[in-house]
Amino acid sequence: MPRYTLNVNNTPREVEAEGDTPLLYVLRDHLELNGPKFGCGVAQCGSCMVLIDGKAAVSCTLPVSSVGQSEITTLEGLADDNGKLHAVQEAMVQEQAAQCGYCLNGVIISAVSLLNKNPNPGISDIKNALQANLCRCGTHTRMIKAVAAAKNR
Amino acid sequence: MTNPAFQSRRKFLQNIGYISVGFSFFPGCAAESDPVMASRIDYLGDLPRVMERAHQVNAWLQVLADGRVKVYSGKVELGQGIRVAIQAVAAEELDMDLDRVAVHLAETGVTPNEGYTAGSGSIKSSAMSVRYAAATARSELLKLASARLEAPLENLTLYNGTIRSTVDDKSIEIQNLLQGKQIETTVTTPVPIKAKDQHKYVGKAIPRQDIHKMVAGEPVYIQDLRFPGMVHARIVRPPNHRSELVSLDDARLKQQVPGIIKTVVNGNFLGVMAQREYQAVKAERYLREHSQWTTPQTFPAMENLYDHIRDIADAPENIRDDGEAAATLEKGNTLKSTYTKPYIKHGSLGPGCAVALYDREVLHVWSNSQGIYPLREALAAMLSMEPDNIHIVSVPGPGCYGHSTPDDAAADAALLALEYPGKHIRLQWSRDDENSWEPYGSAIIADLAASLDENGKIEAWISDIWTDSHSTRPNKDAGTLLTARQLENPSQMQSPGYRGGGHRNGDPYYAIPNLQLNAHYFDGPLRVSSLRSLGAFANIFAIESFMDELAEVAGKDPLDFRIEHLDDQRAIAVIQKVKAMTAAETVGAGEGLGYAFSRYKNYDGYAAVAVRLKVDAASGGVSLIKMWAAVDHGEVINLDGLKNQTEGGMIQAASWALHEQVTFDQEKITSTDWSKYPIMRFNDIPEVEVAVIDRPLEPVLGGGETAGPPTGAAIANAVYRASGKRIYDLPITLEKISNQQ
Repeated sequence: MPRYTLNVNNTPREVEAEGDTPLLYVLRDHLELNGPKFGCGVAQCGSCMVLIDGKAAVSCTLPVSSVGQSEITTLEGLADDNGKLHAVQEAMVQEQAAQCGYCLNGVIISAVSLLNKNPNPGISDIKNALQANLCRCGTHTRMIKAVAAAKNR
Repeated sequence: MTNPAFQSRRKFLQNIGYISVGFSFFPGCAAESDPVMASRIDYLGDLPRVMERAHQVNAWLQVLADGRVKVYSGKVELGQGIRVAIQAVAAEELDMDLDRVAVHLAETGVTPNEGYTAGSGSIKSSAMSVRYAAATARSELLKLASARLEAPLENLTLYNGTIRSTVDDKSIEIQNLLQGKQIETTVTTPVPIKAKDQHKYVGKAIPRQDIHKMVAGEPVYIQDLRFPGMVHARIVRPPNHRSELVSLDDARLKQQVPGIIKTVVNGNFLGVMAQREYQAVKAERYLREHSQWTTPQTFPAMENLYDHIRDIADAPENIRDDGEAAATLEKGNTLKSTYTKPYIKHGSLGPGCAVALYDREVLHVWSNSQGIYPLREALAAMLSMEPDNIHIVSVPGPGCYGHSTPDDAAADAALLALEYPGKHIRLQWSRDDENSWEPYGSAIIADLAASLDENGKIEAWISDIWTDSHSTRPNKDAGTLLTARQLENPSQMQSPGYRGGGHRNGDPYYAIPNLQLNAHYFDGPLRVSSLRSLGAFANIFAIESFMDELAEVAGKDPLDFRIEHLDDQRAIAVIQKVKAMTAAETVGAGEGLGYAFSRYKNYDGYAAVAVRLKVDAASGGVSLIKMWAAVDHGEVINLDGLKNQTEGGMIQAASWALHEQVTFDQEKITSTDWSKYPIMRFNDIPEVEVAVIDRPLEPVLGGGETAGPPTGAAIANAVYRASGKRIYDLPITLEKISNQQ
């Protein structure tokens, strides 16, 4: 079975998996990470998002063979070296922006991706950036507030 | 595998003995001096019904060896924040810091059997039981200390687990007072509870403790469970519920897909287990391509759904008949309208998932089921096992909003675990299966008729509601589990379940002298069960749309018209509040401001909702601008939790009203993914503002389902004001707005 050395959360991680295995399964099943979630498997809900070289991407349809040496960052890798959470993560706690919280992974990843390229987004920028993420509990308004608050942190 | 806590606690529930559970975590506190003790008042009202079975303090609350308290609740965490609400209530009555109270949610043999976590009943039932148990515990502890310290009761205080004398330096910690025993006192009224004006936590916005785990990617959900040697499973579901497996060719599966452990065929149940999760996914695909199933025509043509429902319905059952409704309507000045709501989905963001292990004695199941004890009964029936040999642990999952697929996933996993003993089996449903096989919220037709008197007041009203069942939740009937229906010896559901939920809120809360409600039950083509607010969403959409129609005929302002028909000051208060919240709004061209009111179940929480939206004149597309709600749920336990539930319920209901509809052809469900079953996305989200009227001296009312039903109606009423088009058929799509004459 093929072996891949992935760059996950700033650490080289070796995995043995068939090349067509989507990155999501490698992260959850092989590397036992919890951040990226299975939601649809067809790139429609954003639950599985990770940062690839700093940009949000769905991981449920991305074959591990195509990842190469890209920097993969999951929810677990957003905190700084001292363990301090990313401003977006802190803001989600502050705004209590969850009910079931299952979508939070993708929403946080999309928001971090947005702030990486636009440190001062308006509300419509935030909504556009989260358009690929579904939330079923209706916690959207709190998440939008949290992202707006995070940009000022 | 055995779980010591489970074993010993199970013994307790059988023998009512005591346990002690060690805790690795001890909060730093201590130095703070004890505050003046809050005063107590005697609670003389009813105790929650669950306390008839679990009536001793120690069924709900135990003092741990380190002086912390562990509270047991049979309810499950669904994202509604029940854990923190229960924690707050216990900490309040015991005058403890929040972090000294641990909450153990639903586990068979460990927590009380509280049935399902449903119907917005968790605060009313579980949190109130904990309140009375904790208050009783407090007074018992003080009595014990009085004897031990030889100090009169009035000289003793209890704070943070220490009982002190106020006149000398005598003190004792509660764990030393109990010495490993627990409080077995039966909870009876009067219960001395803390005076509500002295609450420290209850009624305030209490942050949930689990959100920081979620944002950091810590294991939280059923999907995150991992055990050594755990294997992965998938199910290959048939094309439809009448399909039969004709042939299966899995001879080359192991050559084609690595890691395969086993294929399990039992009638029309086809499962596969593999070492790695994606291997199981590939095996499922392979088996789907290498199996033949019959695909009988089983569904009616979708465009004829409502005619079909009228054809198959039973004779109507009269639910309520006040005065002379039929005779009064015949006198004339009558308005009639028909409203329809299609089948809609729970649409959990995470498809069904469960873990099961059969250790050759006990079947252990980890599930995000909303009712672990009823699930245990159903599993026992399906597997011909003794319930005592099934152990179910509740684990939080993605939001389900009613009876969705966790129980079926648990049944799948359990069946596979028996086929492969000694291994943890993790079973994950696909999105396609979730969308095709979950039990939907029933389609509903509401025929409404009403007449006005010479003063423009409603004189008579008749509601005729067509509805399927609104709960086919698991119970001792194995046929409640999808899995059991597909086995070689299938079990079909013996009863239609709870159909009464279909006419929930079918009779208006307004004071109408001649009022009739009839239910037309049908056994419809699609699988159904409870979805948040049951029939109330469709019925309030109908009633509150109709109220606006009647107000227009009467020539009255819609809110004044509602208030004219209300006797209940709390109902009037929420309407007045939402009116005040929107008083400064000025609607622009193509915009509309619509209102609706309901009291959920006609005896639970109150909500008045306003919606401001814009209808694009060219396309008929609806853009929500802002939604407001004023709600009254009696005594508030967690203010922020209640607001969160209200905001979320409104957004979810707006999505139902504007976007959602299960689609099908005659052989299968066709809305199999999010492109075919779109829900609201971030760009569609309006601003939402919620006002909570706190009534600390009134009983707690359920908060999870109050604001959704009037939201759908307020949107329809706003669309009418914006476009002149009255929409009778959900969802409110642009085609209906632009095409309707």
